[in-house]
Amino acid sequence: MHEPSGLIENLFVFVLASFLGLELIRGVSRLLHTPLMSLTNAIASIAIVGSLVITGRPHENPWITVLGTVAIACSAINAVGGFLITERILKMFKKRGE
Amino acid sequence: MTETSDLSSAVQYVYLLSAALFILSLKWMGQVKTARRGNWAGTAAMALAVLGTLLGGGISSEGFMWIAIAIFIGSAIGLPMAVVMPMTAVPQRTALSHAFGGLAAALVGVAEYIEGRDAGHLSHFTSGALAAEMLLGFLTFTGSLLAFGKLQEIITTKAVVYPGRNIVSVGTLITSLLSAVYLGIDPSSSIAFYVLIVTSLAFGVFLIIPIGGADMPTVIAILNSYAGLSASAMGFVMNNKLLIIAGALDGTSGLILSILMCKAMNRSFVNVLFGAVGATPTGGGPASPTGKTITGYSIEDAKAVLEDTRSVIVVPGYGMAVAQAQHAVKELANVLAAQGTDVKFAIHPVAGRMPGHMNVLLSEADVPYDQLWEMERVNSSFPEADVAIVLGANDVTNPAARTNKQSPLYGMPILDVDKARTVIFVKRSMNPGFAGVDNELFYLDKTMLVFGDAKKVMTELVAAFKEGAH
Repeated sequence: MHEPSGLIENLFVFVLASFLGLELIRGVSRLLHTPLMSLTNAIASIAIVGSLVITGRPHENPWITVLGTVAIACSAINAVGGFLITERILKMFKKRGE
Repeated sequence: MTETSDLSSAVQYVYLLSAALFILSLKWMGQVKTARRGNWAGTAAMALAVLGTLLGGGISSEGFMWIAIAIFIGSAIGLPMAVVMPMTAVPQRTALSHAFGGLAAALVGVAEYIEGRDAGHLSHFTSGALAAEMLLGFLTFTGSLLAFGKLQEIITTKAVVYPGRNIVSVGTLITSLLSAVYLGIDPSSSIAFYVLIVTSLAFGVFLIIPIGGADMPTVIAILNSYAGLSASAMGFVMNNKLLIIAGALDGTSGLILSILMCKAMNRSFVNVLFGAVGATPTGGGPASPTGKTITGYSIEDAKAVLEDTRSVIVVPGYGMAVAQAQHAVKELANVLAAQGTDVKFAIHPVAGRMPGHMNVLLSEADVPYDQLWEMERVNSSFPEADVAIVLGANDVTNPAARTNKQSPLYGMPILDVDKARTVIFVKRSMNPGFAGVDNELFYLDKTMLVFGDAKKVMTELVAAFKEGAH
């Protein structure tokens, strides 16, 4: 059986990042939960990195190009749309007299 | 088996910087003052990650062409969607973007699987992690599409309940999990591969179909979490720590938000995870208490009550969102403030269709955010309030949640609207809320029901005040 490279390292990273995430998100004011969702949604489009790698590296099967290209487009919609809409929402929050 | 050796070490440093920026981005998102900086940090992190990957080598010239086309198409769709979308459509857009996120992760999983199978180098571990990525991705895709359909009211917003639905959905999930495990044991099994895809897609549908509109805030948060976890699974497959970190941050964010929503509805998290949300049968609530009559009041009546008040609390709910009444509400608040009334807005955590929905709509109407009060802080103010104006917020104000053990709402923290001296309840019709429960608030002597679309009622009230001023 093939030993997965860096599995334990990756598990460490995953667990630590999850705990960090719990702490960070707990600190977010309830007022901002909607923009928080649109921001994390944009952050999740990091999946674009995976689709860039798989589409970009040489391969034989044309299906991989098709699947990869659609995946990049989907992630790009989220990345572009997610950060823009977050900005639009945040711009609206104003204090009294601002 | 993993292809990270292609990436030069320089790219890893770029990824490290990107991960740090994502973390800062969420930290800055914590407060209104620094939130925009947070968004910029996130944008920069994403740009770094994409540029690092593109310039890191290993991409063929044909690959570059397809990537350029895909990014162009994606931006051409994402940009106008973000710019022209009305604020009331934020929940739908969020659901739709979860669908795109899930689909992207799942398709990459499929592509990786095909590539590995063709080359004959799929290990048990890679195959298992790919199965997890595809399962999460595909179920997020169909689940979010359905959530979008419900929020956009393309399909019914009511909980669709059919006999044996729990057996069907749990059965589908188990089949899906088993085929994922089998794919880990025998990576070359194409039957397990196809069964996994079909059952994951089906489970997403079964998960969301029985969920009613009022439970959407929880569901959107959970789908957010799944989308993040599928990105993390991709990180495990590709041995890419940036994917793991960003996916984990998104995953925990959705998890915390869904737990907060559950608490605000007094539902257990397990109950939600297994898709039993919205199990409350529609129309199963108690019938209107007999002998109690309901009188509709006029705009003039409402105006008379609001005149010369010291303090008014506005309770917005989904009714305000549907009617797009936020600007009219703000105008009324201005009129009241001009006569010396203190106006507060009371925000229940699950009011509306997604976490924080009401805050965004009222901010759009230029209500300063220090006038938006969270439930725990505002509840002590109701006994001193002259008038509470409720705008289509039915379940979150229902006193049955405090008193009636038979009520499906029992135990849910509510806004203590009934403690105000007078309650003006603006309602489209006598239909009960999404939980299908009658609201005893309607039958209290202190309650004035004003029937009509929230925006129309608010606009007419403002007009009545302005006429009176002449």
